[in-house]
Amino acid sequence: MKRLILLASIFLGAAAIHAQINGVINKRGEKPAIAVPDFRGAADAQSFMAVFNSTLWNELDNSGQLKMIAKTFYPTRVPQQPSDFRAPVGGTSQGPWMTDWSSPPVSANYLAFGYTAAQNNQIVLYGWLYDVAQSNPSSAQAIGKVYLGSLDEAGARKVAQEFAADILKYFGATSLIGTRIYFVSDRTGHKEIWSMNYDGSDQKQFTSYRTITSFPVVSADGTKIAFTSYPLLPSSRAAAEKLYAKNAEPRENLGTPQIYVHSLETGRKLVYYNQQASLNAASDFLPDSRHLLIYSTAGGGYSQIYETDLDGGNLRRITHSSALEVEAKANPKTGTDVVFVSGRGGLPQIYRMNIDGTDVSRLTNGEGEAVNPSWSPDGQHIAFAWTRGFEPGNYNIFVMDVANRDFVQLTHGAGRNENPVWAPDGVHLVFSSTRGGRTEIYTMLANGTGVQQLTTQGNNEKPVWSKPTQ
Amino acid sequence: MMTESGRSHRFVGMKKPSAVVLALTLSIVVVSCKKKVPPPPPPPPVTSSTPPASTPQRPVINSFTAEPSTIERGQSSTLTWSITGATDMSITQGIGPVQSSGRRQVSPANSTTYTLNASGPGGTDSRSVTVTVSSTPPPPPPAESTGPRLSSQELLQQQGQDAYFDYDKSDIRSDARDALTRDAGLLRQIFSQDPNFTVVVEGHCDERGSAEYNLALGDRRATAAKDFLVQLGVPADRLKTISYGKERPQCTEANESCWQRNRRAHLSPGQ
Repeated sequence: MKRLILLASIFLGAAAIHAQINGVINKRGEKPAIAVPDFRGAADAQSFMAVFNSTLWNELDNSGQLKMIAKTFYPTRVPQQPSDFRAPVGGTSQGPWMTDWSSPPVSANYLAFGYTAAQNNQIVLYGWLYDVAQSNPSSAQAIGKVYLGSLDEAGARKVAQEFAADILKYFGATSLIGTRIYFVSDRTGHKEIWSMNYDGSDQKQFTSYRTITSFPVVSADGTKIAFTSYPLLPSSRAAAEKLYAKNAEPRENLGTPQIYVHSLETGRKLVYYNQQASLNAASDFLPDSRHLLIYSTAGGGYSQIYETDLDGGNLRRITHSSALEVEAKANPKTGTDVVFVSGRGGLPQIYRMNIDGTDVSRLTNGEGEAVNPSWSPDGQHIAFAWTRGFEPGNYNIFVMDVANRDFVQLTHGAGRNENPVWAPDGVHLVFSSTRGGRTEIYTMLANGTGVQQLTTQGNNEKPVWSKPTQ
Repeated sequence: MMTESGRSHRFVGMKKPSAVVLALTLSIVVVSCKKKVPPPPPPPPVTSSTPPASTPQRPVINSFTAEPSTIERGQSSTLTWSITGATDMSITQGIGPVQSSGRRQVSPANSTTYTLNASGPGGTDSRSVTVTVSSTPPPPPPAESTGPRLSSQELLQQQGQDAYFDYDKSDIRSDARDALTRDAGLLRQIFSQDPNFTVVVEGHCDERGSAEYNLALGDRRATAAKDFLVQLGVPADRLKTISYGKERPQCTEANESCWQRNRRAHLSPGQ
C-alpha cells in the first residue's frame, strides 16, 4: 500500500513537471494556430520563393510556440496585401476575407501573408500578420513590415528569418536567430572546437590545436569561450626548452589537460594562467561573464571545484571532499546556486550547493549515474544525462525542477544521449546522441519532441548554445 | 512598431518604408501614377509535381589517420581509414585502390601527404593526412655493447605492464599491484642506466562514464599508480601523470573485456 502511494506520488510528480515543461513551451497555455500560405514573388524574386517559403515555415514550426495549420486546409484565394481583402456583402463573398481563415476547416487564429518583389537588385518582402478573429483588416493587423535582402537565396532566407523572428516576438517567444552552437568535432582527425547556426548550417572550425580539445563553455554575454585542451608535449628537449621559455605556464602542465580562454569576437587566445596541476578543466562562466568555475587537482588528490578570475587569478576552492567532483554550473539567474557532479556518494550523481560550498544536497536519487547538468535560462530547471533504468553508459536526457526534484525523461534508450544544454529561448535543448551510429548533435524541444539532427560529418559532441554576441 | 502583448489585438501600423523602397515607390508613382506597390504576378501555372528521384548516398570518409603522424626516417606509420557509401576508393602516393576500411603501413623517406579519395554515385569525398619524417638522424648505436641492447624507450614499451582498475575505481587491485611492482623494478633499472629518461604514467577509462568525469577519474588512476611506484623507490621527479579520460582507448568494442583493457594506467616515454 505504502509502495502504491509512493508510486502514485512519483507519477503525479512526473505529470506535474510534464505539464510545467509544456507550460514553458506553450507559455500561454494553448498555442496560437497560424496559417502560413506560400508567398509568391514578383518577377525575378519568384525563383527564390521555394527557399523563402520553406525557411519561413520551418522557423515558425521549429520554434515549438505555434500550431502550424497544414496548407491543404487553406482556401484557394490567398491575399497578398491588405487591399486584397473584400468584405462579404449580404453573406456573399466578394474576395479574400478573415473568416476564410478563422472558420473551419482552417480554424486559424492568425494568418501570415504577403509577397516579395525584386527591386533595385534587392529582394523586398512585404509581410503581414493578421489576427483573423477581428472584424476588419485594419484592426486585424498585428504586424505589417518591409524587409530587405540580397537578391539571392541567402537574401530570401534572411528576410524569411527576420519576418519569422518578428512573428515569434509578437507571441512573446525568443527567436534563435543569431545564436550559435559551439561543439567538438573530430572531422579533421583531431578533436577541435567548431561552431554552427542553430539549424546546423554554416559549420566552421574554431580551433586548430591538433591535440585533444573539448568541453567548451561560452560566457553569458557571448564574447568568450573557455575549453580544455592538451598543450602538446614538445618533441625534443630543445623544443621543450624553447617552449618553456615563452610559455608562462608551469612546465609540469605540458601534455596534461589545461584551460584555454578565447575571445569569440577576435577568435584569439586570451591570457589564462593555469594552476600547476595534472588537471585543469573549464566548467562554466559565472553569469557576470567575469569569473570561471573550473575543476582541478590544484589542491592535490581528487579533482575539486574552484572559482577563478577570467585570467586564472584569485583561485578560490569551493568543494573539499575526498571524491571526484566535476562539471559545476552556476544558476544563470542567481549566480549563487551551483549544480555539480560528484562521486562522494559512490557513482556520480548531481548535487547542488551555494557558491561558497555550503549547503550541499543531492538532487538525483542515487540511481545509476547522473552527469552533464545544465541550467535552464530561468534558473528553475536543469537538464542532465542519466543512466536511470539502463545499463552503465546508456544515458538518456532528463529535465528536473530543482525546487522539488520532480523529473521527466525526454529520451528513451535511442543510443547514448548526453550533454543536454538549453537554448537561450528556454524552450529548446541541444544534445549529442549515438542513435544513428556515430555521435552526432541534435536539437529538440524541452518536452522531448521535434528532434532534429544538425551534424553528419565525423563524430560531434559537447554542444553549448551561445546567445548572439551583443 | 510591434506589440509584444501576446494575443491583445492592437493596431500596429505599417513600418515606414526604407529609403530604397520609398525611392522606388516614388519612381513607380512617377512612371505609372497608379499603384504604390508593384502588383504581384499571377500565381504560377499548376504543374503536376513529379516526386524527386531518390538521391544516392554521398560517400563519406569517416576517418583517415596516420599513427604516429611523425616518424623518424626508417620507421613506419599506420594509415587507418573508414569510408561509407563509396564505390571507388584510392590513396595517393602509389598505394592505389583500397577497401572501404582498412589499415596500411607506410615508411616514407621524406614527409609525405597521403590523400584518400572516395567516389560513388552520390558524389566524392577526400581527406589528407601527412606523415612527417623528422630530419634528425637516428642516434648511433651504442658502441661497446656486445649483444643487441634495447634503448630505454624500447625496454619500457616491451616490458612495461599496464595496471588495470575496476569500474569507477582508482584503487590498486592485487593484479595491478603485481604489474606495478614489476614496473618499479624496470623503471629503477632504466633510470639508473639513462639519467635523462622520464616516464609518463597515463590514466585511461572505459567509454561508459561521462567524458568529464572520466577526465578526473583517469587523473586519479594515474596518480594512484604513480604513488605506488614511488612507494617502491621509483624517483617521483622522473614520473609525470597525464589523464586521457576516455579519449585514447585501446579498443572500442562495447563489452567487458574491452572495457577492462581501457581501464588502466599505462607507462609511456616522456621527455
